[in-house]
Amino acid sequence: MKIDVSYVAELARLELTDEEKAVFQPQLESIVKYVEKISEVDTEGVAPMMHGREIVNSFRDDVIKPSMSREAALGNAPSRVGDEFLLPKIVEGAES
Amino acid sequence: MELYELGICEARALLEKGEIKSRDIVEAIISRKNAYDTKVGAYLTFDEEAALKMADENPKSVPIAVKDLINVVGQPCTCASKILEGYISPYDATVIKNMKANGFIPAGRVNMDEFAMGSSTENSALGKTRNPYDLERVPGGSSGGSAAAVGGNLCIAALGTDTGGSIRQPASFCNCVGVKPSYGRVSRFGVTAFASSLDQVGPLAKSVDDAAILLGAIAGKDEMDGTTPREIVPDYLAAAKAGTLKGKKIGVVKEYRELDGIDPEVKRITEEAIEKCAANGAEIVEISLPHAEYAMAVYYIIAPAEASANLARFDGVRFGHRSARSQDVYSLYTRSRAEGFGPEVKRRIIMGTYVLSSGYYDAYYGRAQKVRTLIRRDFEEAFSKVDAILTPCAPTPAFRAGEVQDPLTMYLNDLFTIPSSLAGVCASSVPAGFTKASPERPALPVGVQLICGSFEEAKLFDISKAFEEIMK
Repeated sequence: MKIDVSYVAELARLELTDEEKAVFQPQLESIVKYVEKISEVDTEGVAPMMHGREIVNSFRDDVIKPSMSREAALGNAPSRVGDEFLLPKIVEGAES
Repeated sequence: MELYELGICEARALLEKGEIKSRDIVEAIISRKNAYDTKVGAYLTFDEEAALKMADENPKSVPIAVKDLINVVGQPCTCASKILEGYISPYDATVIKNMKANGFIPAGRVNMDEFAMGSSTENSALGKTRNPYDLERVPGGSSGGSAAAVGGNLCIAALGTDTGGSIRQPASFCNCVGVKPSYGRVSRFGVTAFASSLDQVGPLAKSVDDAAILLGAIAGKDEMDGTTPREIVPDYLAAAKAGTLKGKKIGVVKEYRELDGIDPEVKRITEEAIEKCAANGAEIVEISLPHAEYAMAVYYIIAPAEASANLARFDGVRFGHRSARSQDVYSLYTRSRAEGFGPEVKRRIIMGTYVLSSGYYDAYYGRAQKVRTLIRRDFEEAFSKVDAILTPCAPTPAFRAGEVQDPLTMYLNDLFTIPSSLAGVCASSVPAGFTKASPERPALPVGVQLICGSFEEAKLFDISKAFEEIMK
């Protein structure tokens, strides 16, 4: 199985150097080859196990409680203005 | 006996009698750390002032080392990744809140494989940790800092996390008791997510009794984690104290007996452990886990898939590293992540994104979830016949740092621990002896894994304690 590492890295929003691609390519292919072992198993009519245990809806009471302060939530912001996270311009063509 | 050598039970006895105060233990740990951790490297950071202050406020509490992916308010939480360097937690994880309410305080942050991905702690971007039983060797992983701190008497006990073996394998390498609770037994709120359908927090400790106390202190319903049921938390310590092998049915896995690639000393120690169980009143029953051979493959689809989704939150926007080279939002994402994540994390993000990508989902992720159902059924079938299953914990004792380079070879460390993780059941690693010393390697600790059914922790502690006793 050939993996297009550049394309998948783009999907994952991960910039890779050419050196990284060269190292990852054979490693990922050997991992994919290994996991393809599961194609041997007959899974006809078997339900998928979606989670660690069977879970029914788990509700808590809809009561308003104090949450983290704005200052605490912004405390680890790499860049901020006032009470907002500061980001590069997102909307194309708009005035910055 | 030095205070840093104490376990939880012994420390509590002295604290109760008023012979010592919590501060005395914290001070002893700090001086032990300053003298010895330069060699072991278990701790990433240790806020001495905060630990001493908490000890003074709670003079009967026992300090616990915390794996660096569990949030403690006001302390770093790096996940051993450059992407979280400088991050300070704004809140306590539920396990920390529970621990504080039950006579424990967090003291020191211990090393791990970056985002809990690895089996040797060599994937930490922030520090090297070595095995206290041989400083040339790794402590295992991903909770390698927790295990090295417990095994090296650098703490009283520690919290770790286990996704595919990350508590049990390092516990085996560093001669401590490690417990991976059943999925849902312990809240994951405030614990940085790796693979959400597998992650559990659990204790690494110096005895089964200590592990029982610490798990009892952190487990239970949490309204912040919808996977935790209302089921009561039994008295695990009482279960351990009553521990006996008499009349217990212990399963040994037929398929594992024929496996290649198991270290002969691990094989010998496991076989002797089985014989000792039989000699002490247990009935040994051969069982079959016919789909266990597919567990590794299932895990290396499901865990990276979930990780790739969970780690999408590291985008340089709200917290964590932001690339100085970013010009627009796209390069902000791609470059912040490129600079922040280490190689194993990048590999798993790509693997996970690949198996979830359009056209491949059914063949990989969808199919893996179905095979996971079959693995869980194997365990259900087995537990209709036996009380517990006994297996080796890891295929080898601790290996040399730098010895394992190929990612797939490293993954095989979790061969015996992954099936029970996928099934969501509970399991422990309990010390079972040492390898014979040879010119190539010194005597090294080896643990065996004991597995019980989902939410059968009381039975797990009962059997683990009895096992610990007969192996002494």
